[in-house]
Amino acid sequence: MPPLIDRTWLWIAATCYLVGAVLGLVALLRERRHSRAAMYIILAAGYTFQTFGLYLRGLAVHGCPLGNKFELIQFTAWSAATLYLVIGPAFRLSLLGFGTALLTALLSIGALLVPSWDATVRTHIFGGNAWIEFHAALALFSYGVFGLLALVSIMYLVRDYGLRNKRIGGSFALLPSIRDLDQIGLRLLGAGVILLALSLAVGSVWWRREPATVNLPKLLATLGVFAAYGLAWLLRLREQLTGRRWAQACALLYLAALLSIAPVNSSRHASPSAGMTKGATR
Amino acid sequence: MSASGPLLFHLGASHHNAPLELREKLALPPARAAELHERIAAAQLPELALLNTCNRVEFYGVAGSEHDLIALGSALCAVTGLSAEDFATIRAQTTGPESIRHLTAVAAGLESQLLGENEIFGQVKDAYAAAQSMGRVGPVLNRVFQKAFQAAKHVRTHTAISVGQVSVANVAVELALTIFGDLKSTRVLLLGAGDIGEKTAKAFQSRGATSLTVSNRTPERAFALAQTLDATALPFEHFVHHLGNYDIVVGSTSAPDLIVRAADAAAAFGRRRAQPILFLDLALPRDIDPAVAELQNSYLYNLDDLAKIAAQNLAARTAEVSRARALIAEKADAVWQQVIARHAV
Repeated sequence: MPPLIDRTWLWIAATCYLVGAVLGLVALLRERRHSRAAMYIILAAGYTFQTFGLYLRGLAVHGCPLGNKFELIQFTAWSAATLYLVIGPAFRLSLLGFGTALLTALLSIGALLVPSWDATVRTHIFGGNAWIEFHAALALFSYGVFGLLALVSIMYLVRDYGLRNKRIGGSFALLPSIRDLDQIGLRLLGAGVILLALSLAVGSVWWRREPATVNLPKLLATLGVFAAYGLAWLLRLREQLTGRRWAQACALLYLAALLSIAPVNSSRHASPSAGMTKGATR
Repeated sequence: MSASGPLLFHLGASHHNAPLELREKLALPPARAAELHERIAAAQLPELALLNTCNRVEFYGVAGSEHDLIALGSALCAVTGLSAEDFATIRAQTTGPESIRHLTAVAAGLESQLLGENEIFGQVKDAYAAAQSMGRVGPVLNRVFQKAFQAAKHVRTHTAISVGQVSVANVAVELALTIFGDLKSTRVLLLGAGDIGEKTAKAFQSRGATSLTVSNRTPERAFALAQTLDATALPFEHFVHHLGNYDIVVGSTSAPDLIVRAADAAAAFGRRRAQPILFLDLALPRDIDPAVAELQNSYLYNLDDLAKIAAQNLAARTAEVSRARALIAEKADAVWQQVIARHAV
């Protein structure tokens, strides 16, 4: 039997995430809490397979696998799963496991289902520069944090909708409290903004040395996402953007962040020692 | 003893068949309960436990003969002053597996006035513990009570018989929990010193709220209630300026007009824009301007809203009764078979 290729491992991981999402959905429809331990194990299994798939891809492309849209989205999903597995148990938020499974399933299956996103595999994109690799990985990790923030914000909006419409029973009863969601959202937003700021600070050093390596769409998209999240954080800290509006802003900003992956990817190009192939390394 | 098993029985009266005036007579305060215990000790039943709550007085035991049951009824009438004729009209009795079903249903809250309530489970446990301490629990009652506890827990876990709150005060607490998570650090302002406000304040305290302030148009009543609740009192004319200091505002005055206007609430949010406030309007006519609900981070519930949620929860519980009874019947019959088997050995 031939060894499994990276995409196969990523399909297995995506299936695990999907199982978690279905488990959570069934529990939600039955108005029961899903088992936190079972969800954690399923997500941990998916995470392990995804890590291995990305590792194989990393070996093939000689660096952190962030060379095309497929890899960027896979890495974002991986970041969200990492974050849930590390800090999820501390938050003890019911439905966060279900939300993470749903988000990671959607991202990873979505990326796998669009072959064109993975048609061009770029190698050596960081030219052996570990700092640039660190910059890119950190930026994508902050997107994972923003993904969890979007989940928490959606949970906040659903809870708020239930409270305003006098519905606190049934599935609504499974949601965490408004105050918990607000506090966790604020912490996630702060963490995401700090990670992205750190990533941009590292990237800017390289960019100032070689401005031509980053095209204008990427620059604008990245700075735009950072500015938007930074502004949301500032307004929240100053209590000028709170409650429902703040949650709406955080959920919408994540859509914008996901859309920014296209212009970020458009800036990918071969470094002097890089290669660019059509589906060669898989 | 019967050939098919011990004479396991339940005998007593409850809110199901006893009107309030007879339940008042049946009530057993500690002194009367002690007297009853003395009398039934003389009856020398093999096993006997007494469940004494505000809505029921019931014996569970193993009798030597039918005569023992008549003696028990007479002892109860003698201690409470209830006539034998009155007792005959309200008396409920079951034997064998029916009494196990009844005990389990009682422990599961199926027989409670407030369907599915939890307090009864503890009361049944206390009755069992009291009987044990008096040496009146033998192998039959021991098995029956232990299995009844297990079955009651199973029913509460696997049906929706205890899901949601069914009283206005507890629904108010449930609401507060959905907003604030826990009530330890929440500050509650009670406007009015009436009965419903007091009940709600006590419900909040029972779930961990420690910071409670009472404000009432008549300061003496505010101070008196504050003392009862171990709370602080706030002059009524000042409460509007302090609204922003509270997470939960309970309106329960008898004022004919609104006492919390939207502008007052909006001003309160000026000092706590990121923090929600739960407004509970338990007054009729209403105390809190309905426009308060439109404010960001403001959640307003009036008496109708709370009553509707309580009614929905109760309907959900009621819908589970037949399923719960089927589970109980299955488990009680199995326990009865075990009792018979051990009795035959």
